[in-house]
Amino acid sequence: MRPFEYERAVDAAGAVAALAGRPNAAYLAGGTNLVDHMKLGIANPELLVDVGHALDVRIDALTDGGLRIGAGVRNADLAADMRVRERYPALARALLSGASGQLRNLATTGGNLLQRTRCPYFQDATTPCNKREPGSGCSALDGYTRHHAILGASEQCVATHPSDMAVALLVFDAVVQVVGPNGPRRIAIADLHRLPGDAPERDTTLEHGELITHVALPNLPIAARSTYRKVRDRASYAFALVSTAAAVELAGDGTIADVRIAFGGLAHKPWRATLAEDELRGRPPTEDAVRAAALAELRAAEPLRDNAFKIPMASGALVATLRELTAGA
Amino acid sequence: MDITLHVDGEPRSLSVDTRTTVLDALRERLGVTAPKKGCDHGQCGSCTCLVDGRRVTTCLILAVQYDGAQITTAAGLGTESELHAMQQAFVDHDGFQCGYCTPGQICSAVGMLDEARNGAPSHVTADLTAPVALDAEEIRERMSGNLCRCGAYVNIVAAIGELAP
Repeated sequence: MRPFEYERAVDAAGAVAALAGRPNAAYLAGGTNLVDHMKLGIANPELLVDVGHALDVRIDALTDGGLRIGAGVRNADLAADMRVRERYPALARALLSGASGQLRNLATTGGNLLQRTRCPYFQDATTPCNKREPGSGCSALDGYTRHHAILGASEQCVATHPSDMAVALLVFDAVVQVVGPNGPRRIAIADLHRLPGDAPERDTTLEHGELITHVALPNLPIAARSTYRKVRDRASYAFALVSTAAAVELAGDGTIADVRIAFGGLAHKPWRATLAEDELRGRPPTEDAVRAAALAELRAAEPLRDNAFKIPMASGALVATLRELTAGA
Repeated sequence: MDITLHVDGEPRSLSVDTRTTVLDALRERLGVTAPKKGCDHGQCGSCTCLVDGRRVTTCLILAVQYDGAQITTAAGLGTESELHAMQQAFVDHDGFQCGYCTPGQICSAVGMLDEARNGAPSHVTADLTAPVALDAEEIRERMSGNLCRCGAYVNIVAAIGELAP
């Protein structure tokens, strides 16, 4: 690990000021991803601004009935919050499916959104990687691609986004609140993460120095009937091959009045499946209809050598998820 | 930087390079060797301690971040003459073979039971809003952050199960 300066911020404004004008500085919160990357030599900040004591750690009820989650709220505490468990169960399920008990006690809401891909080539400083070192090439393209993207990738990068939590936040249309050198702004979660294009080094649309302060969940009755399903190589403590978050509202005749669907593990960002949602509205939630809707979403998929299985796996995951959500209805 | 860590009830002041993890501060600087270094990347759980009452991997946290923190290692849970109930359960159930992962397993188990007593659900909890009951499946899921290369899992689960709510 390279030497670095350490500064502890007392509030968000102080943190932003400490990072201003320091292109090689980074915020440090839970540290579960960043400290690991510093050990691996793939992140080498000259200054760490510790925001662990500066970020809001509360979950507040909003006047519109939604929730405002402080960026410093630990993943374990967010998953255990009874309002989240009752009203946004997909979010609790997504958080509980990620990492381990020890890591969920450290990892924060803001940091979870900003964690970086687990592409093995990105994490290996000895191999070319356009995300780690722009212009150096992509080792995954001709490499082992079981875990890589099938949607929205580019010739520069085929990495996937690793967050479970972000997939659930996407179906709930959460809003990310940030402060930065140019003041505060709000970003729809759908606009936070980006596709790699020709700038895979940029995971998000945040500018350097911007700090996530809160994530707001809208008041969303459909969210009460939601869940998250994760398919992975081990039963626990592994990243998703494929995951899906879904919320559904049935009409009196049993057809789907409204549905929200997102996939994880398929792309450089959590993938909102609007094509599948459009296919399903007004239809009964039969297995055939759900599978056809998933395949409509996945028609644009471009599998790599080792991951064509993700197409049937994602459609199967969605079938199982909607079967669970509509059972007994 | 000058910091103080409260380790197993005793204030320990030291000066550290900013790169020093809590694990390295404990083992290399303070001679507290109960927490073990396994993977050093937060994946194996052998460095698990209770920090301000919660189980965490001490290999991924910087000592300078935790100036003033209360740290409990497996050695601080009980004494040789009066073992902590979890330590005794591991002995009674033969919940180890080589013993390298054991201090982390025990700290993790103690922290995990506190989480369960506070009503925290897990990935395998069927009803997210119901009271928590820890069967073997729940214990295995909640302890998945602690690896045992000897494969003593069957007895580890039995030991923890003896104290589970």
